[in-house]
Amino acid sequence: MKERTYEKYFRQNRLPHIWCPGCGNGIAMKAIVLAVEKQKLPRDKTIIVSGIGCSSRASGYMDFDTLHTAHGRAIPFATGIKLANPELNVIVITGDGDCTAIGGNHFIHGARRNIDLTVVLFNNTIYGMTGGQASPMTPLHKKATTAPYGSVDRPFDACKLAQAAGASYVARSTAFHVQHLTSMIAEGIACKGFSFIEALVQCPTAYGRKNKMPDPSEMMKWMRDNAVMKAAWDKLPEDKRTDKFPIGVFHEQQTVEYTKAYREVIELAQGGRK
Amino acid sequence: MSTEILLKSERCKGCGICVSFCPKKVLGLDTLGHCSVVHADACIACGQCELRCPDYAIFVDKKVSA
Repeated sequence: MKERTYEKYFRQNRLPHIWCPGCGNGIAMKAIVLAVEKQKLPRDKTIIVSGIGCSSRASGYMDFDTLHTAHGRAIPFATGIKLANPELNVIVITGDGDCTAIGGNHFIHGARRNIDLTVVLFNNTIYGMTGGQASPMTPLHKKATTAPYGSVDRPFDACKLAQAAGASYVARSTAFHVQHLTSMIAEGIACKGFSFIEALVQCPTAYGRKNKMPDPSEMMKWMRDNAVMKAAWDKLPEDKRTDKFPIGVFHEQQTVEYTKAYREVIELAQGGRK
Repeated sequence: MSTEILLKSERCKGCGICVSFCPKKVLGLDTLGHCSVVHADACIACGQCELRCPDYAIFVDKKVSA
């Protein structure tokens, strides 16, 4: 058996992880370490920052310098790390509740500043850890413990939100498309600027059981059947788009990166002195 | 048998993703609900199970002839 080189990025004594059987977070976490390996990031120059929630447990299983922070505040902590030492590669792991509800403002302002972070949002469309409450990304008419008749709140499209707020790189993939997800994250790491990758993951326990999809493999087959690559999505007529969603790179535009702009301010304030 | 399947059963939670995605029906769940190899000879080492296992409990390789 060939040794799996990505295994060295996991804290072996912490595995198996705490996530439910069939949870897609494990697949997304592996995609991140594969992307880190692909980009050959040195381990002591890579920081993983996470917020609170199921997804954010990932930082505890990854053998880098990691930071498990306050609810919704992963991006501010990461901003501090990046500004203090712009050499570091900072990867933020966050969830849909963490990033778009309590951390919504931090998210759009991180994107507005265009600071060089790679934000990976594990979107399980629900608050899994606290018992399945509806999140801002729960699809319309899907059930949750706080929406027993189906959610009537319109969900966020986090990719459009990130793009509108000024992110440099915006992409989406799913837990089914593991290799695609890995390459999306790898491209996001390579991009100098705010990179946002939404990884749709299955939550069979809190979301699936409420919505007649308790089997994780059924949920992954749903992703396989309903995810459409960006190029095909653009050609898809409006009436065939029901229930389907696009994946791939949505936006890529390099603008001034924040730590670089801030460096100039420091030099200006010092007036050429050291 | 030209393929090699390594199971790390202590990591397996028995979600059944590998069983469901195996195109050759090589895998099954045992009485404890953990993944087990049922038809080892049918394995074609496509790696679908390893790719999508959320618990990193199964590894597949083509056997290298010594």
